[in-house]
Amino acid sequence: MTTIKLKIDGHTIEVEKGTTILEAAKKINVKIPTLCHHEDLCVAGNCRVCVVEVKNRHRLEASCAVPAEEGMDILTNSAKVRNARKDIVSLLVSEHNTQCTTCYRNTNCELQDLAAEYNVDGNRFLSVLKPNLSIDKSSWSIEKDDSKCIRCQRCVRTCAELQHVNALTAANKGHEMKIATFMDLPFNEVVCTNCGQCVNRCPTGALTERRYFDQVWEAIGDPNKHVVMNTAPSVRVALGEMLGYEVGTRVTGKMVTAMRKMGVDSVLDTDFTADLTIIEEGNELLTRLKKVVKDGDKSIKLPMITSCSPGWVKFIEHMFPNHLGHLSTCKSPQQMFGALAKTYYAEKKGIDPKDIVSVAIMPCAAKKYEANRPEMNSSGYRDIDAGLTTREFGLMIKQAGLDFKNLEDTAFDSIMGESTGAGVIFGATGGVMEAALRTAYAVVTGRKVPFENLNITPVRGTDGIRAASIKIEGCLPEWNFLEGVELNVAVAHGLKNARVIMDEIAAGKSKYHFIEIMACPGGCIGGGGQPIPTNAEIRAKRTKAIYEEDMGKPIRMSHENPEITQIYEEFLGEPLGHKSHDLLHTHYQKRHRH
Amino acid sequence: MANNQLKRVDIIFSPYSVAPYEILRLTMHKEKSDVINELIESGLRGRGGAGFPTGLKWKYLAAEQDSEKYIICNADEGEPGTFKDRKLLVEVPRKVFSGMAIAAYVTGAKIGFLYLRREYRNLIPQLNKELDIFNESAKKFGLDFKISIFSGSGAYVCGEETALIESMEGKRGEPRNKPPFPIQNGYLGKPTLVNNVETFASTSMICRIGADKYKALGTDDQHGSKLFSISGDSPKEGVHELELGMKISDFVEEFGDGDTKAVQIGGVAGFCIPRKQFETSIIGEGNTTGGATMIFNSTRSMYNVLHNYLDFFAEESCGQCTPCRVGTQQLLKGIEAVKSGKKPASYLDDLIKLSKTMQITSKCGLGQSVTNSFASIIENFREEMIY
Amino acid sequence: MLEISEIIQEKVAEHGRERKALLPILQSIVNLKNYIADKDMVQIAEALDISAADVYGTASFYSFLETEEKGKYVIRVCKSITCEMKGKHCVLKALEDTLKVKLGETTHDGLFSLEQANCLGLCDVGPAMLINEQPYTKLTPDSVHEIITEYRNKVK
Ligand SMILES: Cc1cc2nc3c(=O)[nH]c(=O)nc-3n(C[C@H](O)[C@H](O)[C@H](O)COP(=O)(O)O)c2cc1C
Ligand code: SF4
Repeated sequence: MTTIKLKIDGHTIEVEKGTTILEAAKKINVKIPTLCHHEDLCVAGNCRVCVVEVKNRHRLEASCAVPAEEGMDILTNSAKVRNARKDIVSLLVSEHNTQCTTCYRNTNCELQDLAAEYNVDGNRFLSVLKPNLSIDKSSWSIEKDDSKCIRCQRCVRTCAELQHVNALTAANKGHEMKIATFMDLPFNEVVCTNCGQCVNRCPTGALTERRYFDQVWEAIGDPNKHVVMNTAPSVRVALGEMLGYEVGTRVTGKMVTAMRKMGVDSVLDTDFTADLTIIEEGNELLTRLKKVVKDGDKSIKLPMITSCSPGWVKFIEHMFPNHLGHLSTCKSPQQMFGALAKTYYAEKKGIDPKDIVSVAIMPCAAKKYEANRPEMNSSGYRDIDAGLTTREFGLMIKQAGLDFKNLEDTAFDSIMGESTGAGVIFGATGGVMEAALRTAYAVVTGRKVPFENLNITPVRGTDGIRAASIKIEGCLPEWNFLEGVELNVAVAHGLKNARVIMDEIAAGKSKYHFIEIMACPGGCIGGGGQPIPTNAEIRAKRTKAIYEEDMGKPIRMSHENPEITQIYEEFLGEPLGHKSHDLLHTHYQKRHRH
Repeated sequence: MANNQLKRVDIIFSPYSVAPYEILRLTMHKEKSDVINELIESGLRGRGGAGFPTGLKWKYLAAEQDSEKYIICNADEGEPGTFKDRKLLVEVPRKVFSGMAIAAYVTGAKIGFLYLRREYRNLIPQLNKELDIFNESAKKFGLDFKISIFSGSGAYVCGEETALIESMEGKRGEPRNKPPFPIQNGYLGKPTLVNNVETFASTSMICRIGADKYKALGTDDQHGSKLFSISGDSPKEGVHELELGMKISDFVEEFGDGDTKAVQIGGVAGFCIPRKQFETSIIGEGNTTGGATMIFNSTRSMYNVLHNYLDFFAEESCGQCTPCRVGTQQLLKGIEAVKSGKKPASYLDDLIKLSKTMQITSKCGLGQSVTNSFASIIENFREEMIY
Repeated sequence: MLEISEIIQEKVAEHGRERKALLPILQSIVNLKNYIADKDMVQIAEALDISAADVYGTASFYSFLETEEKGKYVIRVCKSITCEMKGKHCVLKALEDTLKVKLGETTHDGLFSLEQANCLGLCDVGPAMLINEQPYTKLTPDSVHEIITEYRNKVK
């Protein structure tokens, strides 16, 4: 390792060759402001906010892009630097719709922070904001407001580098340069998967989720409506960030209380349908294996791939429309929940399903779209009436004026409120796989998976693609055909990695039986509806919290969830049965690629 | 201060040698390092505007270890007021290709491109004919080097070498962060030499007449002769080869129409020199060397001139970096606001300050050089901006 | 007439199924019909295995790669300062009069589109314009009329 010595603001520091000035400064806790820079993305160097002075150079250098060199003498806060930065921030403001008070990102905006920090003068420059910009609200999930865009291209890089979707591009040049979709078409007409990763990385309010919380308040206030809320596993480990807690704090009990205090009629858990997903999907996998291994049925597709991430589902529909047979037919936990809320739940509670308003609190932007897919009405009604993000939900709690930190912890309502640790870990990449293996192994062998504490660590972690194989031994008689089979599984998160997996499948080279794919880096804990900002450290802390929540659960295998047993006995009959088919399974459609 | 008389030179457009590519053949008999040293010795600097010593650039490329290297001739010539490269490609393309081939010989590159701006597409048939002769000659001389034409698509910023490379790679012509420079990491990530058309033509002429003779021309700082694209209020518009280092007053005497009030040197990215500085300014010292000179007489409104420049910059900025994208719009709107009385005259000083910020913070030469013409016009023609 | 798919095939054969084939493909299509249609971009994206948005983003950067339908002849009048000084405004006016369109428009017969361009590199012989790739210099309102008439006759 070659190292380099340089001086930053008078401090001498030694860093590895190739380290940027920005990284070097960070090492000695010198904060240099940035806008286009994002830890998850490659360097752009286009906003120029991070400029610093290198002694004996007339021009300033963009610290995010310029590597430290031996002997550099750097000033990060000289008058020259401050004036230049102030000019640059002022320029961005002059191009910006500065109606901050009406902006969804008000008080959580990087441009606003910098403008305040540099005390920019609104009259320094003329406004060059383009007139007549309209907001694209065509998508169920994502809203694009060009008047708030600072053209940092983080969204473009996110969509390209992390997601390999490339729905967004910089278009035109010069003063006409803007962020656009193909031909600047509305969002709902292009390949956008609705994953919302661009929203998570947008420094301003240019890209946001479509908001539906007003409709939810409306329903809550309507005495004739019975509002049922279900919260996804990863919401409880991230919501706290919006309400004054350290990253990685679990707030499950307070969250439940808050919903009740907000006036929600029934506070239920998506984790319950996560457990249900495991039963259905696990059985689907075993059935497919049986058909392939035992019956030699060539029409059955392996590997089977999970279908609970709606961003991923839309991705495969656009990008690999000829391989939809690999997707599990199981609906996502959200949609299973919706279908059951207006059938099983309504029946049990004696409520007319037309009066039920089912609301899903999700870490996700794509769930909004999923809820509105035309086919998602198997209950006879819209199965899910509104999908909200963790962020919208956090805002609702603030709107309700609740003193969140001092709320007591309470438990979910019943029925459809009981869950296991297996349902909880759906929230992190690898979790669905782990939950499925815990149950499938037990079903096939009658024994627990051979991992300490049921923690299947090979499928955990942050590598983009993780593979594992489990040898199935000591099968129960009816599963004898699986005896000795090496079950190959893989986990991928981030659509970039999904593409790698799919390219293998398309080339006929995939060796796997079962694959979990999540659209978002880190899985749902890094979802497009989670609190902003995001980075690897934040995602790691949320992940840790998810696994802690799992360890704290008395039951940690989906098939042992008593409410699951109950629903099969009382309502569904058997996994993959008739009712399941109607309510819990779905189909997919081919889509174009632009 | 050097002060040469205005002197016409005739090196670059001198007639070809009898046999095609004779300079190349002869040069290939020399040691590679001798050729590079001769170039360094000649003091030749890039003729594309940035003025980097050409010999050094070649030396760096020769030192790169990669087996795949590229030579690119930058014929994007988009600077308003510049048309010398066009004339070179029409009249003496052989000298340009010879220069590229000599570069290939001394650096080991095997593939060359002529990046030809879209506006010059009508030259392609003729250039391809010459390239056939070239490729044949190179083969005959045992030089493993082929040149083909890459046509631009209409973007001034693609003259910037890294933007040019991006566009050759099929992308938007947005300049890259530097370092790394193309010499280490250029086209397709490989070591790449980018030189201007005139630079390549000059290198082949240096190989022909020798460094000493070339170096004898010009000033201590700027050696040799240089092509000037002269346009505007001049009875002698066109391309002229002149020795570097003449006073502007002499230049105006020769090329002006007798009523010259300002000369724009180095294209719109260069400086505007007012009459009062004609005596004290030397062409080739402190101002850029692209060679575009536009002459304005006293009937011209310098406000209109500046407005035209700024309109150009605001359109042709690639748009990626803040100071250039927004700054150019602000300067344009700003002078309009002063002219119409919406902003006080003192706002011009704020704008000059902004242009200085653009100079030190923009990512590439486009945004960095706007201040040259902007500040020099505002400072010298302030009244015209206001009334 | 050459099909778009043939152009793509030819350029892919020359440059490989790689991003660097993109501009040659786009240019060839523009040479053929002066603009690139939506469906062409989708087709190119598929052929090069890149996103359609990337094709559009790239095309829209370059002033010659039009993504809106243009006439058979695209007229580009140079608007740089020297051409302006030499009377570009009169030339433009003459063009508008004879073509009966405004700047940025296409004639009803689909024959001519009238555009402006930044410096064409013909500053010493301005005012100048390109009609498709053919340069015309030292224009006057009269010469403009003649040139347009010539094109009209050619088509007849
Ligand atoms: C905005 C911009 C436009 C440029 N246009 C050209 C050009 O048209 N031709 C050219 O040779 N160099 C141009 N350059 C300079 C090139 O980046 C590069 O320095 C040059 O091609 C190197 O060749 P040289 O050393 O022979 O001059 C431009 C630079 C900038 C910043
Ligand atoms: S200075 Fe202008 S042209 Fe250069 S990178 Fe920045 S925006 Fe693009």
